[in-house]
Amino acid sequence: MYQYDKLDQQIVDERVAQYRDQTRRYLAGELSEDEFRPLRLQNGLYIQRYAPMLRIAVPYGMLSSRQLHKLGDIAKKYDKDYGHFSTRQNLQLNWPKLEDVPDILAELAAVEMHAIQTSGNCIRNITTDQFAGIAPDEVIDPRAMAEVMRQWSTFHPEFALLPRKFKIAVSGTKQDRAVVQAHDIGMEFYTDTFGKLAIKVWVGGGLGRTPILGSVIREHLEWQHALTYCEAIIRVYNLHGRRDNIYKARVKILVKALGIEEFKKQVEAEWAYLKDAPNTITEAELARVGKHFEDMPYEQLPAHDASFDAALASNPAFAAWVKRCVHAHKTVGYRAVTLSLKPHGKAPGDATSAQMHTVADLAEAYSFSELRVSHEQNLILADVKLSDLFSVWEKARANGLATPNIGLLTDIICCPGGDFCSLANAKSIPIAEAIQMQFDNLDYLHDIGDIELNISGCMNACGHHHVGHIGILGVDKDSAEFYQVSIGGKQGNDASIGAVIGPSFAADEMPSVIQKLIDVYIKERTDEERFIDTVRRLGVAPFKAHVYADKNSAKDEVAA
Amino acid sequence: MSNLIKLNGETASIVENEWTCVNLPASQAEQRVQAGKVVLFKLTGEKSVTDEQVATTVIPATGKVIVPLSVFIARKNALVSRINAGEIGVWLDTHEVLEHLIERQADLNVLPIIAVHVERFADGRIFSLGTLLRTRYGFKNELRAFGDVLKDQLFFLKRSGFTSFLIRADRSAADAITSLHDFSQPYQGAVDESQPVFKRYHRTA
Repeated sequence: MYQYDKLDQQIVDERVAQYRDQTRRYLAGELSEDEFRPLRLQNGLYIQRYAPMLRIAVPYGMLSSRQLHKLGDIAKKYDKDYGHFSTRQNLQLNWPKLEDVPDILAELAAVEMHAIQTSGNCIRNITTDQFAGIAPDEVIDPRAMAEVMRQWSTFHPEFALLPRKFKIAVSGTKQDRAVVQAHDIGMEFYTDTFGKLAIKVWVGGGLGRTPILGSVIREHLEWQHALTYCEAIIRVYNLHGRRDNIYKARVKILVKALGIEEFKKQVEAEWAYLKDAPNTITEAELARVGKHFEDMPYEQLPAHDASFDAALASNPAFAAWVKRCVHAHKTVGYRAVTLSLKPHGKAPGDATSAQMHTVADLAEAYSFSELRVSHEQNLILADVKLSDLFSVWEKARANGLATPNIGLLTDIICCPGGDFCSLANAKSIPIAEAIQMQFDNLDYLHDIGDIELNISGCMNACGHHHVGHIGILGVDKDSAEFYQVSIGGKQGNDASIGAVIGPSFAADEMPSVIQKLIDVYIKERTDEERFIDTVRRLGVAPFKAHVYADKNSAKDEVAA
Repeated sequence: MSNLIKLNGETASIVENEWTCVNLPASQAEQRVQAGKVVLFKLTGEKSVTDEQVATTVIPATGKVIVPLSVFIARKNALVSRINAGEIGVWLDTHEVLEHLIERQADLNVLPIIAVHVERFADGRIFSLGTLLRTRYGFKNELRAFGDVLKDQLFFLKRSGFTSFLIRADRSAADAITSLHDFSQPYQGAVDESQPVFKRYHRTA
């Protein structure tokens, strides 16, 4: 992974000094609450319901063992001994003290980490596929370009105070795993007909209050122009995006208001000036950064390992884990492993300090001392030998990291919700926990098969509920917490936004609502169908009819 | 004590303000609004200027004055001799359109100063406006930020081509001035340093 040189290190060190001064001025009363807000936000510090929340950047989800050890130490020293991995592949601390944050940042800087632009109205952490560099279906490893873009976006002076947050995702695979269509800019890398690296550029996607999938603004962009083309897009947005209403301030609203053709026309007119400007990427720079992402020193291994095969045959629990948590690798004899942060009945995405140290140790012992965070809020060991899988499983299991539920109903994407977040309309973690307990039967979960359930505590959609096969949204109804359910959302190449099935439910109804949706699916599915396929074939109606059947009959009784 | 910071090359100092800023008189007219070059939305909250305001704006008869863009456009002909004497600058709000200035004044360098008024700290349009004035329209003279200008925008303003900064009256320019050098080696090319770091240095690691 990328290693800082002196210049990178200097920037994060100077950032610590700058933020230390900003915090000092705030505590001394020299900055008002309103003036400090955009400053602390650009450093990932929110003031939450009970305490500040600090969001630490994990650029495109890559971490070293050393960094994860440090995060574990920080969570112990400055927080309540745990952290929360978010859908932007970052780590959030829920209980740091505002006055400790400069010291936390200094500790992070010591391991080449920071919290720069993890919040606020600026270009946020650039995300990508958690299997980048090792996925068999990968065309281009997008990480070098993601790093080049990270550096470019860091303190970009023209885009320091945009109308609203700005999220970029990059992807280099046939099967999109970075949700590029749900980002302000999505960059899909591919090899063009001349064998050159090119980019298909999407713009104007986003979830939140008004979920919209992105439109293609350019089918073919030569990679050298990635930065200047983004500058053209963001300049048009910076100048003309709405600033009067935060719910209409994302670039998707501008794209929609102008229409993609007019927006594209303005961007292209701007780019005519910017094309070949100094920020054009050089071969030398891409090669320099690319060296940090070269293949690991893999051993030449056979395609099969006898001990692995034997364990698989004799140990059903191990076999279940392999089925769900072990993924294909482009190198013969290697696999990627997802360590589930979704044990049933715990907050999805949370990891204790002890677990962070365990995972860091596992990465050191079995996966070249590196790991990744997925936007589904799990941790990935990307390069594990077949022959080591059993040992990894035993150690992961002993530490609550081997729930064999990846891609299943209980692998829930979930925001921190009303337990922590002051934006939330409703709690989300207890809903996730209740659903996990309702379906706490692995055989049944495996029978239900691939399904994605996403929960957001408010319309800001941090839990990506719009693209969940089942999406749950916390809403406020006469000051009480209710939950709106949608089905048919999907991430990936054939992304779609879910449809709301009807009136919202109270918290205690939610496990049975999900149960009813699953019952309809089990009854109606064909042999080949996943939940999403059945929903797409049948539409919302049969699901809706079953979920609301009791409610309707209760109403009839009252009416009678 | 002056609250104006001025850059001369890399050196910043606090200097006296020799320019008087002319404001439009208040208007009772309904506010109209815009967002995007083509689509006019209703109610996005940006003020538009009425003809009456432009006509009744009082411009001091002598001395160096910075006039509002709308006044400059409407009343330029009456100001020609003073423009030639280098006594007239122009200021604009962040929602105003630079092309309107260019249409009326193709060579911006007859203006000794252009100032951009930022109403709220969080309004980052000022950075694009500065960048465009410098890189697209070739403006070489003093470019000033005023309004809600605080220490923490200075580094970005400098990088976007601004060379003078009128710090909000209730804050200290002496305290703010240090922030012009918060970062010693920025990553990306911008107005003040057009080359990105990978073209300025031979990065080997």
